[in-house]
Amino acid sequence: MNSANTTATTDRILVCCGTGCIANGALEVAEAIEQQIAEQGSSATVQLKVCRTGCSGECEAGPVVRFMPRDLMYYRVRPKDAQAIVASLEGAPVEKLMHKVDGKAVEHMADNPFYALQHKIVLANVGVIDPLSLDEYRAAGGYEGLARALKMTPEQIIDEVDKSGLRGKGGAGFPTGRKWRTAAGYDVFPKYIVCNGDEGDPGAFMDGSTMEGCPHAVLEGMAIGALAIGAEEGILYIRDEYALARDHIQHAIDDAYAAGILGESVMGSGHRLDLSIVRGGGAFVCGESTALMASIEGRVGEPRAKYIRSVQRGLFDHPTVLNNVETLASIPAILRDGGSAYAQIGTDSSKGTKVFAMVGKVKHTGLVEVPMGTTLRTLVYDIGGGIIGDRPFKAIQTGGPSGGCIPESLLDLPVDFDTLTEYGAMMGSGGMIVMDDCSCMVEVARYYVDFLCEESCGKCTPCREGLRQMRSILTDICEGRGKPGDIELLERIGHTMEDASLCALGKTAPNPVLSTIRFFREEYEAHISNKECPAGVCAALTQFAIEADACTGCGMCTKACPAGAISGDRKEAHMIDPAKCIACGSCREACRFGAVLTTRRTA
Amino acid sequence: MTDQEKGERIREIVAAYPADQRHALAALQDMQHAFNFIPEEGLVELAKHLGCPQAQLYSMATFYKALSLTPKGEYIVKICNGTACHLRGSMNLATSLKSELGIDPGQTTEDGLFSVELVNCLGSCALAPVMVVNDTYHNRLRVEQVPGIIDSYRQGGASDE
Repeated sequence: MNSANTTATTDRILVCCGTGCIANGALEVAEAIEQQIAEQGSSATVQLKVCRTGCSGECEAGPVVRFMPRDLMYYRVRPKDAQAIVASLEGAPVEKLMHKVDGKAVEHMADNPFYALQHKIVLANVGVIDPLSLDEYRAAGGYEGLARALKMTPEQIIDEVDKSGLRGKGGAGFPTGRKWRTAAGYDVFPKYIVCNGDEGDPGAFMDGSTMEGCPHAVLEGMAIGALAIGAEEGILYIRDEYALARDHIQHAIDDAYAAGILGESVMGSGHRLDLSIVRGGGAFVCGESTALMASIEGRVGEPRAKYIRSVQRGLFDHPTVLNNVETLASIPAILRDGGSAYAQIGTDSSKGTKVFAMVGKVKHTGLVEVPMGTTLRTLVYDIGGGIIGDRPFKAIQTGGPSGGCIPESLLDLPVDFDTLTEYGAMMGSGGMIVMDDCSCMVEVARYYVDFLCEESCGKCTPCREGLRQMRSILTDICEGRGKPGDIELLERIGHTMEDASLCALGKTAPNPVLSTIRFFREEYEAHISNKECPAGVCAALTQFAIEADACTGCGMCTKACPAGAISGDRKEAHMIDPAKCIACGSCREACRFGAVLTTRRTA
Repeated sequence: MTDQEKGERIREIVAAYPADQRHALAALQDMQHAFNFIPEEGLVELAKHLGCPQAQLYSMATFYKALSLTPKGEYIVKICNGTACHLRGSMNLATSLKSELGIDPGQTTEDGLFSVELVNCLGSCALAPVMVVNDTYHNRLRVEQVPGIIDSYRQGGASDE
């Protein structure tokens, strides 16, 4: 889209303004750069545009600033860097703000391994165009897919999606084409298309970033879906916490109406389509299809038994297609470039790409999109740069509260819809939380069960009571009251919930517990029989001590300790007072010399 | 805000929506936004408008986390307890807030200045642990920074009065 560029090496400055970078001060950075251009601007050869884009991916190194088309990237930019950045438009780049590979500063996005191994389809425009500009989306090929779809019959559109092999990316992996075909087959009107933007998994922000960074792609996907099934109304159900995503989607909807893309006649075709937003109420269970629809209807978001599928009787008892944000955002490229092009990417059974939010104890956290079938090792080590402080890898948690923990032995498996499931884990919706040896798997299981206890709607007994019982057993284990037989009891409760719960929330709720038992059983046993937390997390079982030989007396731990439990002179070995220590682990985080050790609590 | 102003604001919010059950959640969210909680009069007025039992709206107000039936503090301190924040020590922040403010998550201080909430992922996992006071993000927060931040709001709160 920058092909029209002539002599200037830079005509756009992209400032990442995704949620993460805004929290890191990106708006101030953009303002400072604009101000600097105004001050130094007389020497600039072209009209510069400072463009506030969506998430560019490497959130941890934000705010990120990129010169286009020169493709010079700056990381961790502060407003005070603006002067140097603007000065570097026509001079040498500012080295201290660039990414370093083996100590050498690199200029381009592709030179940074974090980006080099990615393949962006859903995120192709996220972080590149101004999310609030319909013109920029169109210049990047936007709405060409819809234009093609308007020349096709519904049957042909669905065939194209079928050919692409696209499967629902919310985690379940149901073939999108088949879902559309079923809904298209019912002659009951009106029909609805609903976008599930209720991304509630803690540790996942792929869908939020997609809606923020390229809202038109989601709308275009919905419009194509509406044509395929014969719907004239679409609703985007967006999570309450995602204020920025909601604003951008609303802005895009307004622009699309004004441009005649939505409304009475979609791009002049005579097809009608109205889209609107429903704001979620802050309930995790509303990500479940029937609960989500109940919530849109203005009721409490409780799921119902699915004897009749929602493609037949969904929203207001009418045929409804519910697709996840990422699935819908994949559609425009499929219609534009053809289903077979999309099917070239990925594995036999899982086509295309998948977006992951990789967070936790990994060096480069952020948003990545890779072909299906990429291994976890590539994700964590090649793209993510390995574990913070080069500590040992322990597990990766995928799929949020419905997902599981994957141990190191499975790191070389390809990530797709089916492989991990065979090994008792799952790919999930795309949240990936990397854990090192300082993460206790029993405590992680308790964390998820705790979360789900709060979020279970309480309608069916296995989920409501099963979770409470699991929570109380796991709390006992973490606090040193575990008994022999607890592990087996957890397994029994878990399997009962899998069989007897009403909706997917309850059926998958035991996954974090069952998968940690499966892969980290010895850690449970250490808690129960030895009253020991091997990771040094469970406060009731752990005490901290400083190894005098390794301690340099830098004082970082003293500063970090919230309880004032650490003492020692400068450059002398420090000591922890066990009577004051609350075993929070802040000193271990702070120590750069590995001098803080954990042992089994004796007193 | 006087009772009369409150009543007017409620009627304004309710009248903005057609009398259809599907707008119940949106109207309740508007009230939450306007008053920081949902007043009883609001439930009564909305039930009349939609022609539905008050109990139905009450069940929604207690089900959805974004809605509250009791007033919240002037500063709403949200500690993100998403997985990434949890692993990086968000619960230590909660402990520190408790010693600073004397309240647990879900409670409001007696002077009505602070409410503390433990929330699910705010989508800023790369900056974990995150604490948000009203709309201001405090990133990669360390426990020892908490008292200073709370103090700055206490002083800000005092000068506003």
